[in-house]
Formats: sequence, structure tokens, C-alpha cells
Amino acid sequence: MVQVIDRRLNGKNKSAVNRQRFIRRFKNQIRKAVRESIDERSITEIDNGEQINIPARDISEPVFKHGKGGLRESVHPGNKEFVAGDKIRRPTGAAGRGGKASNSGEGEDDFVFTLSREEFLNFFFDDLALPDLVKTQLATNVETRKVRAGYTRDGVPTNINVVRSMKSALARRIALRGPHQRNLRDVEEALEDARRRGDQARIAELEEEALRLRKRIAAIPFIDTFDLRYNNRTDIPRPTAQAVMFCIMDVSGSMDETRKDIAKRFFILLYLFLTREYERIDVVYIRHHTTAKEVDEDEFFHSRETGGTVVSSALRLMHEIIVERYPTNDWNIYAAQASDGDNWGDDSPRCRALLIEKILPLLQYFAYVEIMPDEHQRLWHEYQKVREAFANFAVRRIDGLTDIYPVFRKLFQKKTA
Amino acid sequence: MTGKLLSESSEWTFDLILDYNREIARIAEGFGLDTYPNQIEIITSEQMMDAYSSIGMPVGYRHWSFGKHFLNVEQRYKRGQMGLAYEIVINSNPCIAYLMEENTMMMQALVLAHAAYGHNSFFKNNYLFRTWTSADAIIDYMIFAKNYIADCEQRHGEENVELFLDSCHALMNYGVDRYKRPPRLSANEERNRQREREEFLQSQINHLWRTIPTREKDKQAHKEQRFPAEPQENILYFIEKNAPLLEPWQREIVRIVRKIAQYFYPQRQTQVMNEGWATFWHYTILNRLYDEGLVHDGFMIEFLQTHTNVISQPGFDNPHYSGINPYYLGYSMMTDIRRICEAPDDEDRHWFPEIAGSDWKETLNFAMRNFKDESFIAQFLSPRLIREMKLFAVVDDDRRRKLEVSAIHDEGGYRRVRKALAEQYNLGSNEPDIQVYNVNMRGDRSLTLRHHQHNRKPLHKNVNEMLKHLARLWGFTVRLETVDKDGHVLNTHECQLN
Repeated sequence: MVQVIDRRLNGKNKSAVNRQRFIRRFKNQIRKAVRESIDERSITEIDNGEQINIPARDISEPVFKHGKGGLRESVHPGNKEFVAGDKIRRPTGAAGRGGKASNSGEGEDDFVFTLSREEFLNFFFDDLALPDLVKTQLATNVETRKVRAGYTRDGVPTNINVVRSMKSALARRIALRGPHQRNLRDVEEALEDARRRGDQARIAELEEEALRLRKRIAAIPFIDTFDLRYNNRTDIPRPTAQAVMFCIMDVSGSMDETRKDIAKRFFILLYLFLTREYERIDVVYIRHHTTAKEVDEDEFFHSRETGGTVVSSALRLMHEIIVERYPTNDWNIYAAQASDGDNWGDDSPRCRALLIEKILPLLQYFAYVEIMPDEHQRLWHEYQKVREAFANFAVRRIDGLTDIYPVFRKLFQKKTA
Repeated sequence: MTGKLLSESSEWTFDLILDYNREIARIAEGFGLDTYPNQIEIITSEQMMDAYSSIGMPVGYRHWSFGKHFLNVEQRYKRGQMGLAYEIVINSNPCIAYLMEENTMMMQALVLAHAAYGHNSFFKNNYLFRTWTSADAIIDYMIFAKNYIADCEQRHGEENVELFLDSCHALMNYGVDRYKRPPRLSANEERNRQREREEFLQSQINHLWRTIPTREKDKQAHKEQRFPAEPQENILYFIEKNAPLLEPWQREIVRIVRKIAQYFYPQRQTQVMNEGWATFWHYTILNRLYDEGLVHDGFMIEFLQTHTNVISQPGFDNPHYSGINPYYLGYSMMTDIRRICEAPDDEDRHWFPEIAGSDWKETLNFAMRNFKDESFIAQFLSPRLIREMKLFAVVDDDRRRKLEVSAIHDEGGYRRVRKALAEQYNLGSNEPDIQVYNVNMRGDRSLTLRHHQHNRKPLHKNVNEMLKHLARLWGFTVRLETVDKDGHVLNTHECQLN
């Protein structure tokens, strides 16, 4: 007797819960491993390499077992030259050889597994969040707009819908008047009747009654709070799931390969962070020396030019691009600028003015890093002034590869309330 | 070559599986294989990984360790370091065998023969399985366990239950009765009686730890007496029944872990035999299919390649060597027994007078029913196979500087090699022999266990960690004494609770 059952549709994630429990249980170790792996590998791999190593001893499930030593005899296949009585040097280290077969299970190898990209980045960004934002709460990343959604009974006076309110007032008046009206009609008929008969006592009585009913009817309010109807509006989320990131880099002669490399990593980290928050991200690369130019990624990082430095040219170009292509109600705009701090002397105040007046009001965030400057020059000091005026502007100094991550953390560190 | 081919292409269909199964069942019956009814389930590779990491059971309670196992399997599978097992088969009635949808028709036939007839008949007939496992009830029991533990998590918090399970798992191998036969219980009864048991047990414990003063005479008697009177090997059982502070639900969890350990105990003791038996039969049955002209040459070539991979055995000096492949050893021994029955030579007649020349089906059947790995090897490993495998035994004595080859595949060494190999599969000597020795009933309630040292083999250095787990279960100080074969205490490990 046999039964064939197709279980393929039964869902495959039976282990998902156990997997999650594992990750929860070893959260600290995993977080540590994530940090280490970020240190070690190049940042360009971060987005796809999520392999995690945890020391096996941290997560071992112990059982009673034998340790090394004592007297033991083991049997192995594939003898070639041994005869009974041969002495063999004790193999060192290599498990699974010689007489160590029974011990081979206790290696201290790392436990290796793969986190999904989401999980990895969650650990990576664990205690980071974008700074306070002017327009969009990034945590939820929901911008709403109001749409009409019928009528409600309560609301603010500006939203009163007059027609609806009058309609319901009318309905109420008719309903409340009904019984009195009917009685009045009866009374008037009786009054008519009494007048015809000339029964004065009855007439007086009925007239009084009719008067009373008219008063009752007149007392029904023309409009009551009960009648009021308000226009209803509800919020529906409008996805502003797109962002544009401006990468601005100084490519004048003083920016050497090391500096560019640091800048690149910085941009990539910012990019990664944004990918987590936004569905769609445009990246605009602007390089500049004395003039600025929009370029593609390859050219941005790889070609090199010489000459002086005029930072404001890049800022001006950026502003033009924003106005032209990225209306702020549709785009969240971020900018990251990397430079070695060199700027043509008179240009720095101009940069400050540009930033304060034109650019920063449009931006979610502007991060400026100065990479291995010989000394802080005027640009730095001008930018410090900008920073005092705008919360969404950050300035940091980076001195080496190892500084990038801390800087990055610092830039986006959670503001403690 | 008279039959009509069952199929030409390597694609499988449900109808084809039934066709093949019909033929395989017919052949298996012809060979006298006695099986549970089969339930064949088609699953995807993801589901196979799930099954893999839940110790093969279709249902299981939740615990991070299964998640760890899953991640490990997933990682190695995705990196191509490991193929998934072609099959998983569950010792239940009906016997559940999983077929992966990725498999070719040949693989499905192979798995059917291997699992649905090979393993299945082993489960049904081997004495260990017959004694220790109740195939009818296991699935129900697993469902009960899953629900019970989920319920405990609701009532007492996930973390509490998780930590408690950790400790139980650590002692899982010491939760089996090696000799006492378990009573058979259906899972429904289990559920119904569980609450009764809780109450009853608790009352017993209270009695045991009664603090009402006893008369002088009794006191005197108590001093002499140890509790338990005899050492107990089933540590989890002892804890379930006697640990003073456990809540009823905790006792039930100890019991669940213990029951599952007991269920898997026979599998741990019969790996070589079980796989050898199944491999022998898939080989024999598929060859018969070929002989009858039901499958074509391409099928057989594909099959032989797979089969050869399954039974490959690298030598000790090969970098891929990781011990003896149980498939290979088991399969070779089964084949060898058949050879001894059918075509014995003088050596065989000398070594195996009682089976040489006998009916091979009966002899194999006898061997399958009545042995476990250790005794099977001790009984049936032939000199010829020792020579073929070029087996040799090495003594590793930590008091000597060098290892010594104690025996090889020659006249003088057969018995020693065979004995050493059999010993290698003796769970009793592979695991440290640790038993409950005494409880300090009148004093601090501490629990003392004894480790009887064998061949001076020390305990692994994780012993302190293990004692922490034990102490968590016991609730008071736990002590582990290592004693040599003369009963002298060599050293003591102790874990005090705070």
C-alpha cells in the first residue's frame, strides 16, 4: 500500500521561526560580527556579502564527551605500508587523521551563515537614524495628503457643509413638527366646527389650544448642533519614496587617490543608508575644480584634473539641477560633499551664502567631510558658521580609512530626545 | 530482457512514481522485505532543508538550536559544499519518505528502494526499533510536544522555556534507558494523562523532601543509605522524578526531551546497519529492475554513478578522509554476507561455519533483526572484507610519545581489528559513563554524579558548562566525581548555584 502526497505547496519556511530565534538569541555576537566584517571588507561588497562568522564556541551546545588523552584504539581504512607494531608520530593539529578520528568533531571553527541583506543592514544601521528632518519623517517615510471622504458629525467650523447641515435641519424640523401639526389640524377643524355652532366657551378653549400648539411648533429650533455636518478629509499616504543624492567632490590636483578612496567609501555608505529608506534613488555626481561638471560615476571617481578650486561652482550647479529636475515636493534631497579643504580664498564666503540662502532650505541633509586636510582653511570656518544656522548641515573631518565608519555613525546618530 | 521499459526520459511524474513503486514493491516482496505501509511525500529543496534541520521530523517544537542547524545546512548547501540528502525517511507508521522534486526519475526510484523499502523494513524489524520506538505514535507525540511547549512559552515566557530546553538538550544523550524497556503509550493517552501526572509527581516530590522530623531510628538508617539506592544512568529521568524545585511544566518538558532522545537512541546505535541495509537493497532491487528489462542502460549508468558516490571510502591518508563511511561499511558487510552464503570459500567456512552456504535472504534478515552496529560488526566482519578495506588499528596512548599500529589486515590481526572496530561503534564507551550517584537528602540537597573513567579518558573541558546546565535543572549544587576502575575518586567538579 502506498500513498503519494504532493507537499510542495505546503510552504517552505517552516524553519523561519527557529532561524529568527537563533538570530535573536545571538544578537550581540552577530552585531559584533557585522561590525568586524564591515571593518574588514571593502564597502562596495557590503550590499551583497552578508556572510557572518561567529566563533563556534559562543554558540555551541555542550554535551558530555571525552576530551583528549587516555588510551584509545581506533580503526582506519586504506593501510599501505604499516605492519603491526609500527610506531607513528602523533599527527599534530590536522583533525581526522591518524588516531584522532573520534576527536575531530571539536574543532573551534567559526560558525558561518548568511544573513539576508535586510537583516544585515538592520544590524549595520542598528542605532543609526537620519537626523531630524524638516519635511519628512524618515523613520516612517510617509508623506500624507488630504482627500475628501464624505461627511462627519463633528469637526471644526470651517469645515461645516452648509447644504448638508440645512438638509438635515429641515428633515429634523419636519420630523419633530409632525405630531403637533396633526394636532393643530384637528384643533382647527374643531374650532371651525365650534364657530359654526357658535359655542363660545368651546371656541375660546380651542383657540387657546391652537395657540399653544403654534407656540410649540415655533419653538422647534431652525437649526441644532445635531444637524451640523462637516466635510470629512482623511490622510492618505503619498509615497515620496524617492530621493536624490548629490555627490560633490573636489577633483583638483590636491585630491590624491587615497583621499578619493575615502570619499568614495563615504558616498557609498550614505548611498547604502538611503537605499534602505527609499525605493528609488537618483545619484548625481558633480565634480569640480575651478568649474563644476555633472559626470557619471566612473568619471567621477577615476579621471583626474589639475587646477585650482572653486567650490561655489559645484554648489551653483547643484542648485540649478535641483531647480530643473528635482522639485522638492517630489524628491528628498541629500548632498554629500568631500573635499580636502582647499578653496580659492574669496570663494568661501560665497559658498556660505549660497548654502544658507538657496540650497539648504531645499535639502533634507547636507554632509560635508574634509579629508585629511593639512590645516583647516577658510572653507571649514565658513561652513562652521553654516552649521550653527542649520541643523541639517553637518561638517566632519576624516583622517584615515578607519575614521569613515565612526564619522558616518556620528553624522547619522540618533538624536537623543 | 523481456519487460517493457517503465520510462524513457529522466523526468518523473506522479504516475511514473506509482509505476516504479509498484515494481519495486513487487521485487521487495519477492525478496521477503517486510515493511510498514509507505507514505511518499514530494517536497522542494527548501522543504528538505527544513526537514533536515528539524531532525527529520515533520513537526517539532521551536528552539533556536534548530534554527542554527538550519542556517548551517542552508549555508553549506548554497555554497555547494554539500548536496542535500537525497532522502529523509521517518520511522513512523505509515513510514514517511520524502522525495525531492529536483530529483530525476532514477533518483526517485533509488530513494524509493532505499528509503521506502530498505529503511522501512529495518525500522519495522530491527529489535532495537521494535523495543524502543512506537512508530504508530511518534508523529502524534511530536504534535503534542510542539503544542505543549508552545503553550508553556505562552504561560511562562519564551526565554524561560528556551533556557530550560537548552539544559535538557545538553543532557539529551543521558535521557535514555539503555536496558529498561519503556511501556507503550499512545499519544492520546499521553495528553490525557499528562495533567494527572503533573499533580501526582508534585505530590511525590513533596513527600520525598518532607521536612517533618523523623524518629531517631529512622535517622540512623538514613545515614547509611544513599539516594538513589542504585546509581541511575538516565539522568533526565532522575531529574524529572526527583528534582525538588521544578515546576510541573518543567518536568513535562524534561520528559518530552527524554522521550525524543529515547526515540532516536536506536538510530544512533544502528547507523552502519541501517544505511548498509538500505544501500544493499536499493542496489539489489534496481539491478533486478534492470535484469527484468524495466529500465534502460542510461538509467543504470546514472544509478551506478550515484551509488558509487554514496559508498565511496577514502583512505586514512586522503585529505577528504573523515572516518569510516557507514554506507560503505554497512553495504560491504551486507554484500559480503550474501557472498559468504552463496559462494563461501574455505576461509569463510572456517570463520562463519554457521552461515556459510545458508540461504542468504534468511541470514541477512536474521542479522538485520537481531543486531546493532557493535554486535553486527563483531559478528559478521569477515577477514576478507578487512583485507579489502585494508583496515588497521592504531593505539593512541597519551603516556607514550608515539602511536602504535596494534593490528593490520593479516592473519594475526583480524580479530583485534574486528574487536576494535566494533568497539568504535559502542555508544557505551564513546560517551563518558556518567551516572547519578547520590543526593544529599538531609543536608544541602546537592546532587552527586559519578563518571566512571574508561581507559583513563578524561572529560572534555566543557564539563563545567555541562554542570551549570545540570545545576539549572536540579536547582541545587551539583558535583561530578571521576572515579577510576577501582572506585577511587580521582577528581571532582562542582557547580554551586550562586
